[in-house]
Amino acid sequence: MPRLRRGLEALTILAILLGALRADSDARANALVADLSQHLIAITTAFVGTNVVLFGTSDGDGDIVVTVHGPREVQIVRRKAQVAGIWINRTRLAFADVPGYYAVASSGPLEAIAHPDVLARHEIGVEHLKLKPIDAAGFEISEIAAFQDALVRNKQRQDLYSRTPAPVNFIGPRLFRTTLSFPANVPPGIYRVQVFELSDGQVTDAQRSTLVISKIGLEADIYDFAQQQSALYGLLAVALSLTLGWLAGVIFRKG
Amino acid sequence: MDIYLPIAEMSVNLFLLLGLGGVVGFLSGVFGVGGGFLMTPLLIFIGIPPAVAVGTQASQILASSLSGVIAHMRRGNVDFRMGLVLVGGGLLGSLLGVWLFALLRRLGQIDLSISLAYVLFLGTVGILMLIESVVAWLKLRRRGGAGFTKRHRHLWLHGLPLKIRFHRSRLYISALMPLGLGVVAGILVAIMGVGGGFLMVPAMIYLIGMPTQVVVGTSLFQITFVTAATTFLHALNNHTVDVILALALIVGGVIGAQLGSNAGARLRGEQLRILLAAIVLVVCGKLGYDLVRTPSDIYSLGAVGQF
Repeated sequence: MPRLRRGLEALTILAILLGALRADSDARANALVADLSQHLIAITTAFVGTNVVLFGTSDGDGDIVVTVHGPREVQIVRRKAQVAGIWINRTRLAFADVPGYYAVASSGPLEAIAHPDVLARHEIGVEHLKLKPIDAAGFEISEIAAFQDALVRNKQRQDLYSRTPAPVNFIGPRLFRTTLSFPANVPPGIYRVQVFELSDGQVTDAQRSTLVISKIGLEADIYDFAQQQSALYGLLAVALSLTLGWLAGVIFRKG
Repeated sequence: MDIYLPIAEMSVNLFLLLGLGGVVGFLSGVFGVGGGFLMTPLLIFIGIPPAVAVGTQASQILASSLSGVIAHMRRGNVDFRMGLVLVGGGLLGSLLGVWLFALLRRLGQIDLSISLAYVLFLGTVGILMLIESVVAWLKLRRRGGAGFTKRHRHLWLHGLPLKIRFHRSRLYISALMPLGLGVVAGILVAIMGVGGGFLMVPAMIYLIGMPTQVVVGTSLFQITFVTAATTFLHALNNHTVDVILALALIVGGVIGAQLGSNAGARLRGEQLRILLAAIVLVVCGKLGYDLVRTPSDIYSLGAVGQF
């Protein structure tokens, strides 16, 4: 498998280089080209997380920033308070369209590359993610901010949000690469990978591609079965336990 | 070797799971208890979502109690009439418990409720068991012989309406009492992921007044039916039964239990009970401490897409 993957990576680089050469001959102004070493990550029984390599070329000498947004969902954040000595979830705030995964990679320090407004517009960096609260009536602005920080902090603790931007390395003047890592607990879904080229604090070129992470094989079948035909799944789970329990009784009676 | 658990949505070392199943199975073999009260907290400690731990535990207890009840039936140690009344109550309790579980989960209080239930029930049972077994042990040492057994006392509870004759247990008491006990045990199965034997066995001996030789078989009979129903209901309503996790735990548990029951046969009853009480109190203490300890982060995330 690793040999196959390395082969695929080499092919990807070749394709990108060829693309870049063509772009050069066309002499177009914007020629940011990038691609991923794989567009499908399969979560199988042995899945322990994976790395995906992103390669690309740019024609300018600007900085390169890569962001990855996982599938967006409603995320609830809860805050505990001490009641009669026991810590209990007391306050909750839900956020809409929260990416289940977020990563950022950059060829330089983000704050040096662009103005915070530009970073915010493109959601570059965890602190610039747009986390919109649902029904925040009765919450102070500072309280909402505390919940937003907590959301990011908890996601970082689960390795689902980057803590610091990963490096984007230039190999020669044009070709760049970065490694995107996905932990074992990545949520399945469609991921949006964006590559930005920035010069003088402004985005001069951008490219977007998608990456699909999906459960494949037995895991996917079991999960779908449990969700969609839960009654039958329940009966089968009971049957499995009964069979194993009975079998254990039979085996150890003889032994 | 890591395996991905499709319902828990995380990957865990397979040998860790087999080992956990084995160790808990061993202890349950030594002490003759179900071990659910140890397994569920241990699963939570290694990071399995509490809801999945509880749902999956029901299916694991089903497997171990079935092999147990078959052995007891062969020896004629099951009071079927009493068992059926307990099952009736248990099914009711299980329905109630699974509904309550879903409600608490929606409110974000399920983790707290599981821990509180453990601290409350295990703490009480552990302390009572410790006192009882220490007293029995001291008595035995002083007198050097077994104490006499007292015939059951007639409590006011026995005089409630709907009296039924339970031949195997030599009792003529109100069916409402075992029914009520069944309901409580059913709720515990659904919320705590335990068989409920730790509560039922003493209650059957001291409250109902059943002869000890049929108590374990009859409680296993009830646990088998109730955990089957609970597994089904958790799978149906909460989607929290992970069959891969269950499989690993059952395989480890079966082997451990076999080794444990051989080891247990060589140990003395009172000392075993003191040891068991100590383990129960340690688990209980850890859970209780986690409830009052200032958390490292007072904010936490709810499950994705869940209101």
